[in-house]
Amino acid sequence: MHAVVDRAQLSPNVTRLVIEAPRIAEIRQPGQFVIVHRAPGAERIPLTIADADPQRGTITLVIQAVGKSTEDLVALQVGDAIADVAGPLGRATELLDHGRAVCVGGGVGTAVVHPIALGLAARGVEVISVIGGRSKEWVIFEDELRRAGEVITCTDDGSYGRHGFVTDALRDVIEARGVDAVYAVGPVPMMRAVAELTRPYGVPTFASLNAIMLDGTGMCGGCRVAVGGKTVYACVDGPEFDAHQVDFRELADRLGTYRDFEARALEIAHRRDAAAEAGATQAAGGRCLIPGLASTAEAQEAVEAAGKRA
Amino acid sequence: MTDQPIPDSPSEESGASQGDPAFTPAFDHPLLPKERMTIDRTHMPEQDALLRAANFREVNLGYSQQLAMLEAERCLQCRNPVCIEGCPVRVNIPLFIERLRVGDMDGAAASLLDDNALPCVTGRVCPQEIQCEGRCVRAKKGASVAIGSLERFVADWAMAHPDRSKPDAPATSGRSVAIVGSGPAGLTAAGELVKQGHDVTVFEAFHAAGGVLIYGIPEFRLPKDIVQQEVDRLVASGVKIETNAIIGRTYTLRELRDRFDAVFLAVGAGLPVFMNVPGENLKGVYSANEYLTRVNLMGAWNPESDTPVLRGHRVVVVGGGNVAMDSVRTAKRLGADEAIIVYRRGMAELPARVEEVHHAEQEGIRFELLVAPLEVLGDENRWVTGIRCIRMELGEPDASGRRRPTPIAGSEFVIDCEMVVVAIGTRSNPLLTASEPDLALNKEGYIVTDEHGMSSLPGVFAGGDIVRGAATVILAMGDGKRAAAAVDAWLRGEYPPRVEAEPAAPSPMPAARAAAH
Repeated sequence: MHAVVDRAQLSPNVTRLVIEAPRIAEIRQPGQFVIVHRAPGAERIPLTIADADPQRGTITLVIQAVGKSTEDLVALQVGDAIADVAGPLGRATELLDHGRAVCVGGGVGTAVVHPIALGLAARGVEVISVIGGRSKEWVIFEDELRRAGEVITCTDDGSYGRHGFVTDALRDVIEARGVDAVYAVGPVPMMRAVAELTRPYGVPTFASLNAIMLDGTGMCGGCRVAVGGKTVYACVDGPEFDAHQVDFRELADRLGTYRDFEARALEIAHRRDAAAEAGATQAAGGRCLIPGLASTAEAQEAVEAAGKRA
Repeated sequence: MTDQPIPDSPSEESGASQGDPAFTPAFDHPLLPKERMTIDRTHMPEQDALLRAANFREVNLGYSQQLAMLEAERCLQCRNPVCIEGCPVRVNIPLFIERLRVGDMDGAAASLLDDNALPCVTGRVCPQEIQCEGRCVRAKKGASVAIGSLERFVADWAMAHPDRSKPDAPATSGRSVAIVGSGPAGLTAAGELVKQGHDVTVFEAFHAAGGVLIYGIPEFRLPKDIVQQEVDRLVASGVKIETNAIIGRTYTLRELRDRFDAVFLAVGAGLPVFMNVPGENLKGVYSANEYLTRVNLMGAWNPESDTPVLRGHRVVVVGGGNVAMDSVRTAKRLGADEAIIVYRRGMAELPARVEEVHHAEQEGIRFELLVAPLEVLGDENRWVTGIRCIRMELGEPDASGRRRPTPIAGSEFVIDCEMVVVAIGTRSNPLLTASEPDLALNKEGYIVTDEHGMSSLPGVFAGGDIVRGAATVILAMGDGKRAAAAVDAWLRGEYPPRVEAEPAAPSPMPAARAAAH
């Protein structure tokens, strides 16, 4: 079990949890992630390690609540515990060792880019962080990133820092000062925009992909994504890839697999009903597709009841 | 068909031992061999096919004690028991059957457990028809003794009576062993090594132990609480299990070698093989690994589970091995009206176990044989809408001895479906092996070992799928048992073992490696 030792609300839907994980705290490197399994019956969720304290034996996870599983996680309070934390997983970031790098963070990705920024700064690279949020209350990890160097903060509505998108600020930095590498972590549209921006400048650009995965060791293949026309696994070949080679459309698409899960289930049920009406194959049993197998369970009970009477 | 008591609740039959009326022999006088020959093979009760195709409860219901006692009478107690030679873990089959026959349940259980660390598992998932039962002399003239069913009966009895079959704790050796992977090979080795008094720690990447027994084989074939009980029994015997530990990430192999006196690598062949056809990354295409892990380990068969799994009205499973059968029968149970196997060879070439194919047919699975996929089709939102295929015919035998399928020109057609599950095999996972450059691998990335199971690194042994490629549970267990003997010799400073090592049981046919567990 991994106790929650600190918790803070960073923005309306982003929470920071500091949890005990001594081994991972000791050996993790920038860019690596863990898979968190809150309790029996819960989902396994990949989360990038935002920070670690080897002395205290803790790691920091920054979680955006987007569904039941992440909401259950951020509902944990100090003193609660997480059943399973596996890691550190993925390859460490390929850190530049000199020159100037820009770390671009959008939303919860700002926390993820943080260890990369610190890792670069520790190697003597000049780090400029360009981070963004919808408005002031959505900006996170600004102070933490200042430890790595200059921070340019952008808000979509201009309520704080520079008015506009991170790409605008990034373009200015590239044109005014020149940049040796860009590390981008955030929503897929942001990473894609960053990649398109840097491509004509020929600036090496890395994106950290938050694909759907179960095990994080290459076993399920759920995180497969096309990079340079070749299918790779985000969990073991990544999570960071050459952003100019990533098929972001496919990534965004696959990330949506379970987004409209219930709607999709209904659509398939309708399709089945339509097929049945059209006289297509109909298996016996009167199965109820979603949710579960209610009608079959009833059938089973009936059969068992009949068996007992006999 | 289910009026017999089933050993789900064998506690009601507890208190049995020699002389217990519950376990008196089926006949009140000893039978002559020719009398035994007159008894027909008994049949294990099954859930009705129509019913079970819509639930996840176990298909085979297990023997009643009456059926078990009767079946035990069929064993001829051969002086040269060839059945044992057919068993990768060398269970002394006539011995446990004879003890069962006379009603000595404690003795039967002790004997079985001494030979086999996971008898509740093997009694359910072994392909007995090509192993012990395939060798049984009674098969030459009629039907073999139902060894698997008897094993399951005795194993389940032992599980329900843990105090009755507990071996004495061995003297501690002062030596420690790390086992990487808690699947059938790792657990078997753990059970053997702890019996020798060694300090055994098993490292598992997932949050639950059992490997393929937990994430791969479905509940209806191998209930997860059975696997958990087997794991619990090993833990009770002294095996330590560290979950969430990925060797190659959480710890390096080098660290394990420093911390432990010996290491056994049994990580399986984890990576899924895809078809390499267009459309494979569309939404609705799963590897069998992902599909089965979601359903089994993560419990997505239960709508209450937090982990989602897609369900389809029509589901195509590509492949013909046991994993393909598990996947297609799972899809049926998750509500598919049409669950379809697409396999490029014919019925006779299906690598799946006969019983699994038979069960699938009974459950209404559709078989599209001599058919190969060409492309997965999708709609404008990139959801699967079908799979384009081509019909095949069988030509000359290939390197695997099976006739090579070749496409029939102009025979392309489309199967409409919302989901495709790819179950065409696995390959070696480099996560651990790539982290240790001195560990010798073959060209497919599997670990190379000597005839006793030791790798190129002294004191590091390997077995199961990461050595032989994807195979069955029982072959992995055989490797685990064989490697455990070698590890034991190593720890005692007697390596290589003085006794001639038994060669690893060969996989039944090389091509059956694809997706067979």
